[in-house]
Amino acid sequence: MEYAIVFLPLLGSFISGFFGKNLGGKICQILTSSFISISAILSIFIFYQVVVEDYSSNKLIFNWISSGDFNVNWSINIDPLTSVMLVIVSLISSIIHFYSIGYMSHDPHKSRFMAYLSLFTFSMLTLVSADNFLQLFFGWEGVGLCSYLLIGFWYKKPSANAAAIKAFIVNRVGDFGFAIGIFLIFFFYGTVNYNEVFEQTPLLSNHEIIFLGIEFNLITLICLLLFIGAMGKSAQILLHTWLPDAMEGPTPVSALIHAATMVTAGVFLVVKCSPIFEYSQTALNVVTAVGMITAFFAATVALVQNDIKKIVAYSTCSQLGYMFFAAGVGAYHVAIFHLFTHAFFKALLFLGAGCVIHSFKEEQDITLMGGVWKKIPYTYSLMIIGTLALTGFPFLSGYYSKDAIIEFAYLKGNTIGYYAAAIGIITAFLTAIYSWRLIFKTFHGKFNNKDNNLSSIQESSLIMLLPSCLLAIGAILSGVLFKEIFIGQDNLNFWNDSILFLQTVEHAHPPNWLLLLTPIIVILAIPVSYYLFIQNEKILRNFLLKNQLLYNFLLKKWYFDELYNLIFVEPIKKIGLFLWRKGDINTIDKYGPDGLSKLVKNISDKAVNFQSGYLYHYAFVMLVGFSILLTYLILY
Amino acid sequence: MNFPILSAIIFIPLIGALFILITKGNQKNVEKNSKYVAIFSSIANFLLSLFLWFSFDTSVSDFQFVEEKKWIDGFINFQLGIDGISILFILLTTFITPVCIFSGILSIKYKIKEFLIAILVMETLMLGVFCSLDLVIFYLFFEGGLIPMFLIIGIWGGPKRVYSAFKFFLFTLLGSVLMLVAIISIYWITGTTDVVKLLDIKISQEYQYLLWLAFFSSFAVKLPMWPVHTWLPDAHVEAPTAGSVILAAILLKMAGYGFIRFSLGLFPVASDYFTPLIFILSIIAIIYTSLIALMQDDMKKLIAYSSVAHMGFVTLGIFSLTKQGLEGSIIQMLSHGLISAALFLCVGVVYDRYHSRMISSYGGLVNLMPKYAFVFMIFTLAALGLPGTSGFVGEFLVLVGVFQKSVIAAVLASLGVILAAAYMLWLYRRVIFGKIGNTEIKKMVDLNKTELYIFASIVFLTLFFGIYPEPLLNTINVSIDNLIDKYNANINFHIAQTNN
Repeated sequence: MEYAIVFLPLLGSFISGFFGKNLGGKICQILTSSFISISAILSIFIFYQVVVEDYSSNKLIFNWISSGDFNVNWSINIDPLTSVMLVIVSLISSIIHFYSIGYMSHDPHKSRFMAYLSLFTFSMLTLVSADNFLQLFFGWEGVGLCSYLLIGFWYKKPSANAAAIKAFIVNRVGDFGFAIGIFLIFFFYGTVNYNEVFEQTPLLSNHEIIFLGIEFNLITLICLLLFIGAMGKSAQILLHTWLPDAMEGPTPVSALIHAATMVTAGVFLVVKCSPIFEYSQTALNVVTAVGMITAFFAATVALVQNDIKKIVAYSTCSQLGYMFFAAGVGAYHVAIFHLFTHAFFKALLFLGAGCVIHSFKEEQDITLMGGVWKKIPYTYSLMIIGTLALTGFPFLSGYYSKDAIIEFAYLKGNTIGYYAAAIGIITAFLTAIYSWRLIFKTFHGKFNNKDNNLSSIQESSLIMLLPSCLLAIGAILSGVLFKEIFIGQDNLNFWNDSILFLQTVEHAHPPNWLLLLTPIIVILAIPVSYYLFIQNEKILRNFLLKNQLLYNFLLKKWYFDELYNLIFVEPIKKIGLFLWRKGDINTIDKYGPDGLSKLVKNISDKAVNFQSGYLYHYAFVMLVGFSILLTYLILY
Repeated sequence: MNFPILSAIIFIPLIGALFILITKGNQKNVEKNSKYVAIFSSIANFLLSLFLWFSFDTSVSDFQFVEEKKWIDGFINFQLGIDGISILFILLTTFITPVCIFSGILSIKYKIKEFLIAILVMETLMLGVFCSLDLVIFYLFFEGGLIPMFLIIGIWGGPKRVYSAFKFFLFTLLGSVLMLVAIISIYWITGTTDVVKLLDIKISQEYQYLLWLAFFSSFAVKLPMWPVHTWLPDAHVEAPTAGSVILAAILLKMAGYGFIRFSLGLFPVASDYFTPLIFILSIIAIIYTSLIALMQDDMKKLIAYSSVAHMGFVTLGIFSLTKQGLEGSIIQMLSHGLISAALFLCVGVVYDRYHSRMISSYGGLVNLMPKYAFVFMIFTLAALGLPGTSGFVGEFLVLVGVFQKSVIAAVLASLGVILAAAYMLWLYRRVIFGKIGNTEIKKMVDLNKTELYIFASIVFLTLFFGIYPEPLLNTINVSIDNLIDKYNANINFHIAQTNN
C-alpha cells in the first residue's frame, strides 16, 4: 500500500511525460488525476489506521549509497507525522489535478503539465516518507526541480524563466546550508538515519566545536544549518524573494506547490527534527525570531500589492512564519496543525484567485477589477470562505490553528514567547486587512476593467469549481474536526514519538482576554477595511500621499530584490568577467603558453643570426671559443 | 588466466584500425566498410569489457587478469593487470568510444576513414593507460594519447584549430617530460618500474617530494587543475564533437586515475605533505572556473570551464584520503565522463544543424526540438548535481569525505554547487527556452533515431547510477580499502622512522 501511494504518481508522470503525445492530453489528465486520487484514498486509509491503531511501518526499498560507514537506503517510513503529511500532499494534489483539467483546458501542453504535477507529488511523497536525511534531500531538491519546471512552464515568457531560475538558485542557497548540516551530522554521528541521529543527540548536546573559526554548540550549529535549508524552501525572510516571483507559474501550481505543500517542507523538516531542535534553545529562538519577522514582514508587504496572486503569495509567506514561530516556541504539533488547515484554505484562495483570473481573461491586477460579486457568485463565496478561514474568523479552520499558535506562544512564558504572541496578534490584524482589501477590491466597488465588459465576465467551469468546493469544505471543517486529534488534551497519543517535546507542553488555560482579543480584532477588521477600501478611499489616498516613502518601501517589498541584485548578482557577474578576461586570458595565457612560445620564437630568431653562412664568422667564433678554453686550462 | 583478455581488449581497436587502413577500393565502399569495421570492433570491445566486469572478482584486492611479457630484459616488462578502480575506467572508455564513432559518422564530412583510425588508435592507447602495471608502459600509453588527439583537433577542428592543437600539445608535453624524468629516476633509485613491486617499496622522503611534484606536473595539466587549465577551453572549442567527447570523458580521467594509482600509491608521504596545495588549487579551480563559466557566450567553452570545476571536486575527493572522498571522486569521474560527453554531444547536435556554438544564436529551441530539450534538461540537471543523477552521488560523497579533512574546503566547494546551478540553468534557459529569436534556426529538426538512441543510453546510465550506484561502489570497495590501508601504513611507517 505504501508503495502504491508513493509510486503511482511517478508512474502517472512517466506515462504522461513520455507517451503524452500518443495518448492525447485528455487521457493524460484523467490518468494522472485518477492515479493521484487512488494515492490520496490510500493515504487517508493509512492516516485512519495511524489514528485508530497506532500503525507504523518502515519499508526498505533498496540500498542507495553505501560507502564505508556512509549507508543510506531508499525507504518508506510511516509514522504519525508522515501520515499527516501524506494526506495533505496527496489529497490537495489530487484536488488540484482535477482543477487543472479545467484550468489548462486551452493549453497545448496538457500532458507535460500533468507529468510535472505528478512528478512533484512523487518527490514530495518521497520527501515526507524518508527515514534518513539524504532521501529527504532527494525529495527536497526534487520538489525544487518540479517547482522550477512548473514556474517556467510557460517558457516563452522571459519573466517566467527568470522566476524559475531565481527560485531554483535561491533554494540552492538554502540547500547549501542544509547539505553542510548533513555533512556535520554524518561527521559527528556517523550516520544520517533519523532514528540513529535522534537517539544520539542527547549524548552530544554539550559538544562544542569550532566551525569556520567560530565556536558553536554542535547541536545548535546543526539546527541552524538545517534551518537555513528550511528557510530557503519555506521562503522565510532573507531567502523569501523567490516565492512572489514564483507566481509566474500557472495558478494550480501556485496553489499546490507554493502554498499547500512544497513550501511547508521547511516546517516539516523542523518538526521532524524536533528531537534535535529540542536540545538547542538558541536554535529554537532563532526559528521563532525568523518566523515572527517573516510573518510581520510579509503581511506588511501584502498590504500594498496589487497583483492578486502576489498578495496571496505574501500571505503564504506570512502564514509560514506563523508555523515557524509555533515550532520555535516548542508547539510543533500546533505548527503541523496550522500547516494542515493552511493547506486547505490557502489552496482554496489560490484556486479562487485562479477562477477570478480566468473570469477576467488573464487579468491579475486587483485595481482593474471590482463590482463583479453578483456575476460570479460561486467564486465569490469560495473566496469569502477562504478569506474567513485565513483571517481566523471564529469556528473556521484558521481560527483553531492560528489562535492556538498565539496562545502557545503566550503560554511559553518567556520574553521571546510574549514577543511572538504580540507579533502574532498584530499580524493577524494585518492579515485581515489585506485579505479583505483583496476581496473588496476584486468583487466590490466599481467595475474598473477596460479590456472586458461587465457582461462578459463569466463563472468558471464546473471542473474548476467542484474541486474548489472540496477545499472549501476542508477550510471550514478541518479545524473543528481535527482539533482534538492534533492539539487536544490527548494529542501525544496520536503523535507518539514522531515529535519530541522535552518540556511537556502547557495546556493551561490562557487568560480570557487573550482568547477573545484575536477574534475580536479579526472581526473588527472587516468593517474597517470596507470603510477604507470602498466607502472612503480618500483617507487612504491622502495618507499614502503623505507617506510616500513608507508606501514605496512596502511596494518594493523592503527593497530585498534590489539589494540582492546590488550585492550578489552584479558583482558575481563582474568578477566572472574579470577572472576570465584578466585572469585566464591576460595573465595565465599571456605569460604561460603564449608568452613561452613568444620567448622561444624570439630566442630562435636571434639564434638564427648565428648561422650566417659566412666561413669567417664561424672561424672567428671558433677562435674565441678556443682561446677561452685555453685560458681556462692554463689558469686552473 | 590463459586467455589474455586485457591484451585483447587493448588491441582489438588497433586491429580494427589496421583493417580500416588496408581497405581499398572506391571512396564510397571504403568509407562504408571502415564505418562498419569501426562500429563492430568498438562494440565488440565494449561487450568484451562487460564480460571482463562480470568475471571480475570484487572481493579481492590484488591485481587481476595479470599478464606479463618480457620486453627489455630486466628493465621493462609488458605487464598488465586491473583492480576495481581500473576496470570501471575501462568500461567508461569502451562505452564512450562507440558513442564517439557514431557521432563522428554523423558529423564528420571529410577524411572519415582517417578519423575512425584516429579514434580507434586513441581507444587502444587509453585502455593501455588503465591496464598497464609498468611505469614505462604507462608512460608510453599516456603520452601516446597525445598524438591522435593532436591530430583530431588539428585536422577536423574549427578555424583556430592549429593554435589550439599546439597549445594542447605544449601544455601536456611540458608536464610529461618531467614525469619521464621521474620514471627514469625511480628506476635508478629502486631498480624497477614494476608498479606491483613499487607499491611495496618505500621510497625515502626527500625523493618522494621531488617525484611527486614531477608526476603532479603531468597530471595537473591533464586533469586540468588551476592555473594550467587554459588549454582545455581552447581545445574543446576547436575540437570536433567526437574529439571533445573523448577529451572530456576519458582523457581528463587518465590524470585522476594517475593521481590515485601513482601519486597516492607510490608517494604517500609526499601526497600527505602536498594535500593542502591540492586543496587550495582545487578550491580555486571550483570557484574561479564556475564564475568564469557563468560569463561565457560560447556553449563549448562554458561546458569546458564547468569540467574544470567538476575535476576540482575529483582532486579534492582523492586527496581527502577518506573512503567516501575517494569513492566519490571515482563516481564523480565516471559520471562526469558520461555527463560531459553528453553535454558536448548536445552542443554537437545543434552545431551540426546550424554551425554555431554561440549561445546567442539560439533560443527557443524547445519549440522546434522537444526531444532534444528533454535530453539536454536531464544532462543540465545531472551537471548541476541534482539528487537522483549520478552527478549527485559523486559530488556528495566527495564533499562528505572532504568535510572530514577540512571543513572550510567542503564549505567553499559547496558554494561551487550553487554556482553550477546558476551557470547551467542560465545556459539552458538561453538556448532552449524563450521565443525563437533567430528566424534562421527555424529549419532545425529534432533528434534523429541514431542520436536519440545514443542519448537514451547515456540518460539511462546517468539516472540508473544516480539511484542505484551500488554496482560501481561495490566494484571499487575492496580496492579503495586496500589503497587507504596501505597509504596509512606507509604514513605511519614514515612517522615511526622519523621519530627514531
